[in-house]
Amino acid sequence: MTPKRTKPAQTPALDVSKELRIQKISAGTVVDHITAGYALAVLQILGITGANGEVVSIAMNVQSQKLGKMDVSKVEGRELTSDEINRIAMVAPNATINIIRNYEVHQKQRITVPDHVEGIVRCANPSCITNRERGITSRFAVVERTPVTLRCNYCQRVTSHDNIIAQLLGKSQQLAQQ
Amino acid sequence: MKLRSQNLVSIDDLTTEEILTIIDRAKKMAPIARSGKVSTLLQGRILATLFYEPSTRTRLSFESAMARLGGTTISVADVSSSSVAKGETLADTIRTVENYCDIIVLRHPQEGAARWAAEVARVPIVNAGDGSGHHPTQTLLDLMTIQESQGRLNNLNVGMLGDLRFGRTVHSLAYAITRFNDRIYCIAPEGLELPQEIAADLKARGKQVIQTRDLLGILPQLDVLYVTRIQKERFPSPADYARVGGSYRVDLALLEHAKPTLDVLHPLPRVDEIAPEVDQTKHAKYFAQMFNGLLVRMAVLSMLLEA
Repeated sequence: MTPKRTKPAQTPALDVSKELRIQKISAGTVVDHITAGYALAVLQILGITGANGEVVSIAMNVQSQKLGKMDVSKVEGRELTSDEINRIAMVAPNATINIIRNYEVHQKQRITVPDHVEGIVRCANPSCITNRERGITSRFAVVERTPVTLRCNYCQRVTSHDNIIAQLLGKSQQLAQQ
Repeated sequence: MKLRSQNLVSIDDLTTEEILTIIDRAKKMAPIARSGKVSTLLQGRILATLFYEPSTRTRLSFESAMARLGGTTISVADVSSSSVAKGETLADTIRTVENYCDIIVLRHPQEGAARWAAEVARVPIVNAGDGSGHHPTQTLLDLMTIQESQGRLNNLNVGMLGDLRFGRTVHSLAYAITRFNDRIYCIAPEGLELPQEIAADLKARGKQVIQTRDLLGILPQLDVLYVTRIQKERFPSPADYARVGGSYRVDLALLEHAKPTLDVLHPLPRVDEIAPEVDQTKHAKYFAQMFNGLLVRMAVLSMLLEA
């Protein structure tokens, strides 16, 4: 029997004065303004599976003035490295990183997608020299920022956003298995 | 005139003015090439050729160009018997070979190999083909042949026929010919169309890319028909090749529908995409291309070596 389709509930605004959707954290990182639907991808990129006891909160598809809808994730006890922030930029180019110390925002950083990207992902072209030669770092020009699309400096082929996400998620799964 | 870039990896390394200057210099090389004598322009200079893929025309014409200008060529007879067979990286090979020469001509099966070599090398690198990437000296000789025959490079309807997906010569030509013209016609069997990113690039530059399978319908409009071979060696399987192999052929019956001034070009080698009977017609320009290849390479070597 086909399940009856129901209309999705209207997403309420994230208004902490009326409803505390996610608790404040004492120390760690809040990744805000994540592209709606990508919070789990961000966690996966950070290698967070929940199996190692990390305390993580996420909110998905909450209303945002800037983005319409957005995701938020809070990771306790961990401040993200610049490499991790660069990888998050590939899937959530509008995100904001808030470093929290003692319940206060210690540092707020808006993610910026750079003009050039080095080493974060591989070129999607299997015949590209960067996929065959040892000791070479992949280098790309960013051709589109939302969603991020890259063009290889060497073979000039385009690596799509879907391919970038697949690579980043695949890489984090490998790291989690190690 | 000194070229802006130390290397020639892609036709986009050259300004339009540089392209025209190279063609002019190539024309001036014709008396030297035909003289049966050797110039002293590049005397004492050494060219190294590194060909990781088979080549007849490109390799011989570079070597002949260097010899005609008084220089010397060194090369690895068979890369599979060199240190590459022991797992040496391209970067290490380049760093070794550059000690023995003043300029390197490289053909490599991987796209982007020449760009990487140019990053590593202290001497100029000339890309003689990188996988299905670029082949800029081929494009220069194509442009020279078109200019000689048509008397101009602008206001031309240029059609590219055949394997537009894997054929590196058409990729470079598409970028180059649209510097002079607002549109290009692409006639390819299914699955062998011009790569999407190249078509998108050209459109972003305000150019019109007209894709069709109807060669007969488009032929009467064309001034130049650039024919390419379907490259069997770049297909993943013989079955994939069999689907498109032999799907087009330029012959006398077809050319009856063309302008009398149509030029038929081909980078060669050909298999059966141009009938031998076409060779005797005024349309056939592919053997003129081969001679122009020598002249263009003489010009490029002399300009990169600032002679």
